[in-house]
Amino acid sequence: MKLKTVLLATAIASAPIAATAADMTIGFSQIGSESGWRAAETTVTRLEAEERGIELKFADAQQKQENQIKAIRSFIAQGVDAILIAPVVATGWDEVLEEAQDAEIPVVLLDRTVDADESLYLTAVTSDLVHEGQVAGEWLATEMDGADCRIVELQGTTGSSPAIDRKNGFEQGIAGHDNLEIVRSQTGDFTRAQGKVVMESFLKAEGGENICALYAHNDDMAVGAIQAIKEAGLTPGEDIKIVAIDAVPDAHLAIANGEMNATIELTPNMAGPALDALEAYFADGTEPAKWIQTESKLFTAADDNQAIYEMKKDLGY
Amino acid sequence: MIRATHLPLLVTLGTFVLAYALCGYAYPAMLSTRVIANLLTDNAFIGIAAVGMTFVILSGGIDLSIGSIIAFTGVFLAVILRDTSLHPLVAFAIVLALTTCFGAAMGATIHYLEMPPFIVTLAGMFLARGAAYVLSTESVPITHEFYDTLQGLYWKVDGARFRLIGGVMVLTFIAGILIAHRTRFGQNVYALGGGEQAAKLMGVPVAQTTIGIYALSGGLAGLSGIVFSLYTSAGYSLATVGVELDAIAAVVIGGTLLTGGYGFVAGTFFGILIMGLIQTYIVFDGTLSSWWTKIVIGGLLFAFILLQKGLMWATQAKAGQAKRKKATGFAAHS
Repeated sequence: MKLKTVLLATAIASAPIAATAADMTIGFSQIGSESGWRAAETTVTRLEAEERGIELKFADAQQKQENQIKAIRSFIAQGVDAILIAPVVATGWDEVLEEAQDAEIPVVLLDRTVDADESLYLTAVTSDLVHEGQVAGEWLATEMDGADCRIVELQGTTGSSPAIDRKNGFEQGIAGHDNLEIVRSQTGDFTRAQGKVVMESFLKAEGGENICALYAHNDDMAVGAIQAIKEAGLTPGEDIKIVAIDAVPDAHLAIANGEMNATIELTPNMAGPALDALEAYFADGTEPAKWIQTESKLFTAADDNQAIYEMKKDLGY
Repeated sequence: MIRATHLPLLVTLGTFVLAYALCGYAYPAMLSTRVIANLLTDNAFIGIAAVGMTFVILSGGIDLSIGSIIAFTGVFLAVILRDTSLHPLVAFAIVLALTTCFGAAMGATIHYLEMPPFIVTLAGMFLARGAAYVLSTESVPITHEFYDTLQGLYWKVDGARFRLIGGVMVLTFIAGILIAHRTRFGQNVYALGGGEQAAKLMGVPVAQTTIGIYALSGGLAGLSGIVFSLYTSAGYSLATVGVELDAIAAVVIGGTLLTGGYGFVAGTFFGILIMGLIQTYIVFDGTLSSWWTKIVIGGLLFAFILLQKGLMWATQAKAGQAKRKKATGFAAHS
């Protein structure tokens, strides 16, 4: 089995490469459209493909792995030049990836990775969730500059990997700064409504004047929390510093209005680096690294958030 | 009369041939062996479950639990293979016995408590899904070597792979056809679908048949779960939500009357293929929203229900005089 994959890999690498970007057809199996971010990822992927003159075949799996496997098999049968997958779960991809490899169709994973042998896909383009949390923590450490700060944390869905990684990352970011202390940490389930409810309970339990900063695992919860802070008669962004992750349009708007201080972008543009890697691969057989990390960009009041909001709001968030 | 009952099957076949021809015209690659192999492999689990559903619907019942049973089976196998050193074949036997008993229990409840199948199997649906969640809420990978062996079994033609699970589905359909048309049990199912009272008068063992039907459906859902676990190499409690509805749709598109009594297991096979074909076409097109699959299936279902109603009126009008006489005679008896 191993030998076979190695042989295939070399066969693919040394095969004469005919397709150029202009006449490429790429299949994209998307998980679904469960969140605004996901919808934006789809829109950006379409735009990126269009810009490069690539024909994009799009299949929405409606959150079901069986639909994704079917779509990938159909892409193979159709003879597309490459396949992009945003896998819904990590397990169960070996068979279908082997079929793609057999047909000499490179596969690029977007946004999440899978539990399959590395040789079965060309590369994976994902963000580093721990790094995102770390950037948030480091920003707060710099911002406070040694002043004491009691932090409350709104966690994502309990047990989900973004919640675990973003929590760890933030803790790494503030490690070594004894003036920063997380005093309360609870789940807000990544939703606006829960973010507001949990923030209200934080404010009641701690007293608004005793909280100096809020770290939310995503922007939606932060936006909900801003509402709760306002209702408690405090000024979000000044009385309580707010930092969150994702950089959705509403977060940019909140920063522009001075109600939020910073957000770290989880870019919906996973397709850009993926298509770059594919183009290089088809042009002269360049093997990309197995993991392409997207940039976790920090946005603060120093950026022109109004302009970014205008640009992002039509992406489908 | 025979013509009328065969008509839905013929319409299904015609629809399939026409749909495939249209697909092939639009995308010649859809006529490749690869697509045929994909249709068999990708629809294997739902096809197997649909065979059980055909028997249930032929008897005039419904089974809403199969999607949950498939998910439960997958999670059960994954957890057992992770936590114990049992051989997968033993695990298969245990899970098949479990799901068959579960189906039989639902059948017994339906018969002895005289409850509508809809409610009983709805309860079964929640029970099985809940049990799957209790075992694990996360997707549990299956890494047993025996699974690799089974997944490695395929017949390769022109780069297309006819996999084991597709073969299991075809065999299940053949067995289903034989049971439906060549056994006493099959006759009893059709008789039960024609009307419980009439079936009783004909000497059909109603209790035994009802329990048998739901046991068969449960067992086939279990088999479907095994196939699904081979398909995804994992057990996931959130998997196959709503598969029961897809199976019902396949049975109806396959020409089986929802009221029971008329229909063919072979029709369901083509029902499954038609649904798979629609999905494949939409991926080939690549610009349509995948939700069009649902819209087209909805439209087809509606068309087939209208067809069934139309046929019923036609046969009733034909048999008008004779039937009315029978009906009055029956009323006088009771």
